[in-house]
Amino acid sequence: MNQLMRFSRLHGDSKVAPFVAILVLVTLLASMGNLLMPQDSVFYVSTYTITLLGKYLCYAMLALAVDVIWGYCGILSLGHGAFFALGGYAMGMYLMRQIGDRGVYGNPELPDFMVFLNWSELPWFWQGMDQFWFAMLMVLLVPGILAFVFGWLAFRSRVTGVYLSIMTQALTYALMLAFFRNEMGFGGNNGLTDFKDIVGFDLQADSTRVTLFAITALMLAVILVVSHKILQSRMGKVIVAIRDGESRARFIGYRTERFKVWLFVYSALIAGVAGALYVPQVGIINPGEFSPLNSIEMVIWVAVGGRGTLIGAIVGALLVNYAKTKFTAIMPDGWLFALGALFVFVTLYLPQGLMGLYKKMMDKRKNTTDGGSGPDDVLSAPVQSSAKGGDV
Amino acid sequence: MRRLFAILCCYVAASMVSVQAQEPVALTGDIQAAAMPETTPEKAPETVTSDSVETLLTKLTAVKLSKALPVLEKLETQGGAALLPMFKSMLAGDLYYIKSSKAVIAVVKADGKLTGRTVLGNQDLGVIEKKQIKKIRVNNKLRVFLRQAIARLQIGAPDAELRLLAVKTLLNSLNSDTVEILNSARASESDEDVRNMIDLALALHQSASPSSETRYAVVAVLADSLEKEARNKLAEIAEQDSDKKVRLAAAKALKKINERIEFYDFIDQLFFGLSLGSVLLLAAIGLAITFGVMGVINMAHGEMIMLGAYTTYVVQLMMPNAIEYSLWVAIPLAFVVSGLVGVMIERGVIRHLHGRPLETLLATFGISLILQQLVRSVFSPLNRQVASPEWLSGSLEINPVLSLTLNRLYILAFALLVFGLLLIILRKTSLGLNVRAVSQNRDMAKAMGIKTGWVDAMTFGLGSGIAGIAGVALSQLTNVGPNLGQAYIIDSFMVVVFGGVGNLWGTLVAAFSLGIANKFLEPVTGAVLASIFVLVFIILFIQKRPKGLFPQKGRAAE
Amino acid sequence: MKLKSIAAGVALSLGASVISISAMAAETIKVGVLHSLSGTMAISETTLKDTVLMMVEEQNKKGGLLGKQLEAVVVDPASNWPLFAEKTRELLTKEEVDVIFGCWTSVSRKSALPVLEELNGLMFYPVQYEGEESSKNVFYTGAAPNQQAIPAVDYLANDLEVERWVLAGTDYVYPRTTNKILEAYLKSKGVAAEDIMINYTPFGHSDWQSIVSDIKKFGGEGKKTAVVSTINGDANVPFYKELGNQGISSEDIPVVAFSVGEEELSGLDTKPLVGHLAAWNYFQSVENDANTAFIKKWKAYTSEERVTNDPMEATYIGFNMWANAVTKAGTTDVDAVEQAMIGQETPNLTGGVAVMNKNHHLSKPVLIGEIQDNGQFEVVWETEGVVAGDAWSDFLPGSKNLVSDWTAPTKCGNYNTESKECIAAK
Repeated sequence: MNQLMRFSRLHGDSKVAPFVAILVLVTLLASMGNLLMPQDSVFYVSTYTITLLGKYLCYAMLALAVDVIWGYCGILSLGHGAFFALGGYAMGMYLMRQIGDRGVYGNPELPDFMVFLNWSELPWFWQGMDQFWFAMLMVLLVPGILAFVFGWLAFRSRVTGVYLSIMTQALTYALMLAFFRNEMGFGGNNGLTDFKDIVGFDLQADSTRVTLFAITALMLAVILVVSHKILQSRMGKVIVAIRDGESRARFIGYRTERFKVWLFVYSALIAGVAGALYVPQVGIINPGEFSPLNSIEMVIWVAVGGRGTLIGAIVGALLVNYAKTKFTAIMPDGWLFALGALFVFVTLYLPQGLMGLYKKMMDKRKNTTDGGSGPDDVLSAPVQSSAKGGDV
Repeated sequence: MRRLFAILCCYVAASMVSVQAQEPVALTGDIQAAAMPETTPEKAPETVTSDSVETLLTKLTAVKLSKALPVLEKLETQGGAALLPMFKSMLAGDLYYIKSSKAVIAVVKADGKLTGRTVLGNQDLGVIEKKQIKKIRVNNKLRVFLRQAIARLQIGAPDAELRLLAVKTLLNSLNSDTVEILNSARASESDEDVRNMIDLALALHQSASPSSETRYAVVAVLADSLEKEARNKLAEIAEQDSDKKVRLAAAKALKKINERIEFYDFIDQLFFGLSLGSVLLLAAIGLAITFGVMGVINMAHGEMIMLGAYTTYVVQLMMPNAIEYSLWVAIPLAFVVSGLVGVMIERGVIRHLHGRPLETLLATFGISLILQQLVRSVFSPLNRQVASPEWLSGSLEINPVLSLTLNRLYILAFALLVFGLLLIILRKTSLGLNVRAVSQNRDMAKAMGIKTGWVDAMTFGLGSGIAGIAGVALSQLTNVGPNLGQAYIIDSFMVVVFGGVGNLWGTLVAAFSLGIANKFLEPVTGAVLASIFVLVFIILFIQKRPKGLFPQKGRAAE
Repeated sequence: MKLKSIAAGVALSLGASVISISAMAAETIKVGVLHSLSGTMAISETTLKDTVLMMVEEQNKKGGLLGKQLEAVVVDPASNWPLFAEKTRELLTKEEVDVIFGCWTSVSRKSALPVLEELNGLMFYPVQYEGEESSKNVFYTGAAPNQQAIPAVDYLANDLEVERWVLAGTDYVYPRTTNKILEAYLKSKGVAAEDIMINYTPFGHSDWQSIVSDIKKFGGEGKKTAVVSTINGDANVPFYKELGNQGISSEDIPVVAFSVGEEELSGLDTKPLVGHLAAWNYFQSVENDANTAFIKKWKAYTSEERVTNDPMEATYIGFNMWANAVTKAGTTDVDAVEQAMIGQETPNLTGGVAVMNKNHHLSKPVLIGEIQDNGQFEVVWETEGVVAGDAWSDFLPGSKNLVSDWTAPTKCGNYNTESKECIAAK
């Protein structure tokens, strides 16, 4: 552990590295626990737990995507579920094509839902989805292009603040309605399910599950490090500047809308990847993922963990989802009360989230020993004051 | 098929005799002769046996549902007009019999008590216990019969509207006997509408005449009517008539009718659009105040609507015997309930998040989750039953192809009324003045001595209260359940943003134009695509004009 | 370093669920209940959860099964479809339940299905559905389309002389499939294409003005018209309200619904709906000793104003059959119980006997009821005998050659009678 720490400290920066180290370690332990340990061992990790962890990590990645634009650029997207779901659908379509003639009707070409709706041929947008590389390209392209078009239109006309939030919500809502339609050719309400294998590996095998889980963890680590680098770069500073005062940044001479568009696209890509990793692990993708409620829940993960800190987003996603799993098992009715109260409590009393709380405690302790704060503070500095002079 | 035929014959015979009983117009024997031989043997005896009305009624209490029709037919034959009240209460499902004596009675529920009346003498039997009586069941087949029987018996009613209804009901059951009745009725008919309707019926009947001259004349009569029976008959003639002249005339008449129908269809659709618009307006107008005037994003706005709807439910629970008036109680109460909750939210949460709109959005979303769950815990997750008062049901029939449903008509008027009141409040009252002052320049208003905190709370209360009123209206259209608010929140935001924040007139225009656009798209694209198109349009529109249709001008705008 | 400790704390708390202790000895027979207790489906599914719990309690009073007590394990998939898969896995691996009663919507079943097949679990699915499925691990105790839709259409055509048809449904798989089947069936009966109108609306559709007006026009063209409604849940109330307000009575255009039962009507003022129809395998109003006893128990278990409905009867039948099959097999082993289930007979609540067929579907009677003003149904028609559930519809081109037979030697859920091979075995 210590060696790992030292290694990462040498090659990375001190804030993200320990987290990455822990992530890698937990992943390794859990994977070995599942594959190497006998079932009755205390160290055995059940497949159920592996898939659960895999799901949480996908959510964490999604939270990261939301945090990148909300925490650092002040763009509150209430429609990130759309990018997540689109990535998921691209992956789902690939997995559907992999079923081949093992569907219940034995049709080598058409997925089951098309057969019983009497479709005779594959729609054009399903073409090519049987190729893994092509599907992966779509995982990135579809959310990316949507984010680009939407962002380009919105940021260029300076749609900001709550307007943007409402528009993103309308976007995901419109997509949800569209995907619910059976004529769209995405399986309607049932979505895509009953996947068999991925690039030749059986999806129900423990080894495949562990591999998917490990890949998710790895991707999360990579995205975390890359995002950290981006936000620490010169570009990152501009982004934070836009968050704290867009007009000022614009007057200094930055084309703020370009920064925003690219960051928005980057964030959508992360969400798309998260969706693509989520689908094979939970085994189903359906239009419910587009629902505005889902998208707004993501925001609360970030808020709980602490926006403007990448690790906070991840911690928030893991904690809230873990709490949800536990809480709904004990008190199904109480969960919405708890979630609602969490929203109110965090916004009222913990605007910086758990990481802010932690930082405050640390600062207090630091002040007694040395005083002064680290160089990274610009990134977790007072979050966004988009108050427009008090009126409106 | 044979059974059907037998029933038809019974019914022919029965209706004939009923005329005899009703008025002493002699029936020509040959019609009877024509009808009788076709009657299947096993059914024939039933039509000739003559039980007394009393025994028939007793029989009705014992007979199986599928065997009840012949009994009713005989009842009509024997009893005639005297049985009108009984048929009516049976149609309404109010016909019962006393278990001990098998006496058939009509039961009326009033003030939570059941009171009975004898069906024949209309004697008051006073209060009746529920366990003493058993219901006489009806099904669709019997209802069809009852409706027609009532029509036959009412053709001589003193009220012209009843007579009109009677003739209309007979339109699709025309045969030589009903025509006979109509003919005799026409002679003494004084009301013009009824006479026209009778003429239409007679014309319909004559369309099978062998003489092409008669059929040509029939087409001329049918051409003036919008009744669906006339239209169908014309279509039939235009296609099948042996005479080309008649066919052409019918086709021409049909074309003309269709043109008229198209016009009325357009009005119909416009009304649908306005109605949808009025619902959107009601749902959005409260938001237009909290979001538009105060700049506060209230994601719990939908739940304020929901609370209003639940208030209606509770009011109806408390006054089960006065459903007719329940809405008048519910409207002010819903305003108060939702308004108070609104004030509480403002004081408790929103106040602390002043100037942080995104945080307000999240916090109010949390509140919306809590309110939904609260309602689920208190009232159960099941939808609640909210009854519609009598005066809100049914429709206003302008002509046979155009009728406007009353509940939507009232809601349209109500939405405009609320809008007008709100405008007056904002323009003419001191609260309105304060609200406008604070929304235009908070600091300056404060400096002038306006208690901005109080104004905020009041404005939020007003917006929420109006959402509550919207809930009362929506309870008449849709489900009253925990998800009621969710269904309207996105649409409401769209309306406000599209219309331009801070501009009530913009909200009005936006609501109606979105409603109408939606309804005109729907026949072309289907309901789902219509709403998707509208959403996408708004998204694109806002990118083009971020401030909506009617942007607020002046310093407050930025 | 402090960061490390907090992160370690997170990891530890996650780890709490990592270490699964599977040392629990099987002293009880565990019955998993996989019904949503929160979210949109909670309205319908909570009732079924209560039904299973009531049945478990009753079975325990009778001494349990195989000398062991039954223990219900309730989880909440929260109307979230991916969660159905996750909770199924939890029930089968963590809780190690012997049987699951659960699911309502098709998508939830489709979500749970791969997990059930992977881990060889056993599930009873109690809701009417679109068919086109037969899994070794699932018993379908609700109606297949031929046990609900087709008899209803027959009734309308024969008894009410309906000639024009409006097939109105919510846009999801059950209405889509049912309407496809009905369309093919009606056409095979000689109904012309222009006499069939098909319409789909989204979930929770609330503005029915245009559609009802279209139906009115469609029905005003001279021929007797009926609406076959597969409109789901919440959308029904505004639909029926609009029908009433536009003056369409059940005598003019009757509506026969497949998703409206006693429970749905309890949220409605049924006065304007009197005379509209529903087709089910069970109605609360059926007068029968078994039914009366069941209703009495149910009201005692819950509260006086609660109603019973068709999926509850399906749960009741499924539970009793499972109990019998376990007794017969002498074990709760899934493969043994699965084989013992086939051919099981148990009294249903409407006075007949339900039989489990080789295709894992039940033989049941079909009843048509008219809505009454007290929120109940009056049975106006029923099939002569029982109707066997058909897993694969004969009216869909994709499935007309398929049959399901889980007895030896076929043992196949989708056996193609034309190519004489089992598709799943490929």
